[in-house]
Amino acid sequence: MDTDAHLASRLAADLDEAFPALVADHSNRLFTIAFRLLGDPRDAEEVAQDALIRAYRAIAGYPAERTRDLRLRPWLASIAVNLARNRRRRLEDRRPPRSLEPMLATGFDPADDGGDAGAQAMARREAIADLASALLDLSPTMRAAVVLRHVDGLSVAETAEALGRPEGTIKAQVARGLERMRLRLEPREIDVASTSIVRPRSPIHGGRPLATAEVPA
Amino acid sequence: MTTLEMQLATLRATAPASLATNTLVALGLADRFAATESPLGEVFVAWNGRGVSWVALAGDPARFEQALTDHTGRPASRAEALPPKLARSIARRLGGDRRARIELDLRGSTSFEAAVWRKALEIPRGEVRPYGWIAAEIGHPKAVRAVGTALARNPVPLVVPCHRVVRSDGHIGNYSMGGSDNKRRVLAAEGVDVPGLEAEAAEGFRYVGSDTTHIVCHPTCRDARRVTPRHRVRFGSLRAATVAGYRPCRHCRPVSLAA
Repeated sequence: MDTDAHLASRLAADLDEAFPALVADHSNRLFTIAFRLLGDPRDAEEVAQDALIRAYRAIAGYPAERTRDLRLRPWLASIAVNLARNRRRRLEDRRPPRSLEPMLATGFDPADDGGDAGAQAMARREAIADLASALLDLSPTMRAAVVLRHVDGLSVAETAEALGRPEGTIKAQVARGLERMRLRLEPREIDVASTSIVRPRSPIHGGRPLATAEVPA
Repeated sequence: MTTLEMQLATLRATAPASLATNTLVALGLADRFAATESPLGEVFVAWNGRGVSWVALAGDPARFEQALTDHTGRPASRAEALPPKLARSIARRLGGDRRARIELDLRGSTSFEAAVWRKALEIPRGEVRPYGWIAAEIGHPKAVRAVGTALARNPVPLVVPCHRVVRSDGHIGNYSMGGSDNKRRVLAAEGVDVPGLEAEAAEGFRYVGSDTTHIVCHPTCRDARRVTPRHRVRFGSLRAATVAGYRPCRHCRPVSLAA
């Protein structure tokens, strides 16, 4: 990406001068990645901050040519994904697996409870909450691929680079992830209309997939 | 009906504003400041992830912020309070505990200035040293004026106790944070007998010895203050003391001072 190449050369020339621009350009997406991987905004903020700090320290140790050649979008994404994974593992050691309720924090604004606009906004938030919880029901491996590819909007090649997996694997993981989300989001329609999507070993029952172990390709 | 791929793009979220600010502060690319108590009343203390970067008498926050930004070239924002650990360290340091660790962010200073400030940190609470002492101790005995300039540029007064460096001719000397009156106030709060010190210096006495130990000190050295009036000997120069058979104190390391 053009602006990123420009930013990378500015970082190579003067890290302290250019780094605030990196923070301005990338905080929302790093926060989004961590938020959609972890489901909790406070965890996400800490992960995003940690990712930015690690990026700064890494660049501080790189020779200028290496910094200039950085593909910032996938590189920063990979840092955030790794930190989110570490945090998730630590959290899983400490507390029972999360259910969906953190996502519901995005819900209700009492000011909205009347009128068409309010109803629309509420419907929109509900749709977002459903989508986010469907994402959180994917296995971490699949979720990371879907989040980078379609929430953050990286290309397949960039997603593959960020996750250190072959492009073919990414394509397959994204496709399977989307398919599972569709099953979860529209279970009845799919049962009736597009049975071809329902795979023999699909864990869907009652609309909620059980967590399945992903087999890395 | 939009595709699932398109819907997923609606999951892009906006990071809380604190993310960018906290990150930049942690990296030392922005500062925060808050008020805290000092012997001179409220002061603003600015800090970032690299350390304390600026201290000044509290006043209009907007003006402090502007002065800080002019000085550092970095954005600054006000915080509710100092981080608890930093607040405790500063309280301990102002209370005279030199072991209280306080990281300092002294970017933008010269190595000479940093050496002057580090040396000033060695002066214990309740004691003072002349400008020439700092100059001699950092290996630039002739750079007395430059020491004065460096102390005037101390970005973190009180935390680096530049107020403990005084002229040797009876004047207490300038102070970057509110002039010599404030300097007297801080020193008095730290237990220095400022009028006595000024009077002795005005009479030309700059060193104190004991006729039992035959050791000569700066007048505020803790060893000199233990000498009883009966055994207290005053000297106008280190040379006079040496001629009289006195050796310099190993604690306060008095040096010959140019007038």
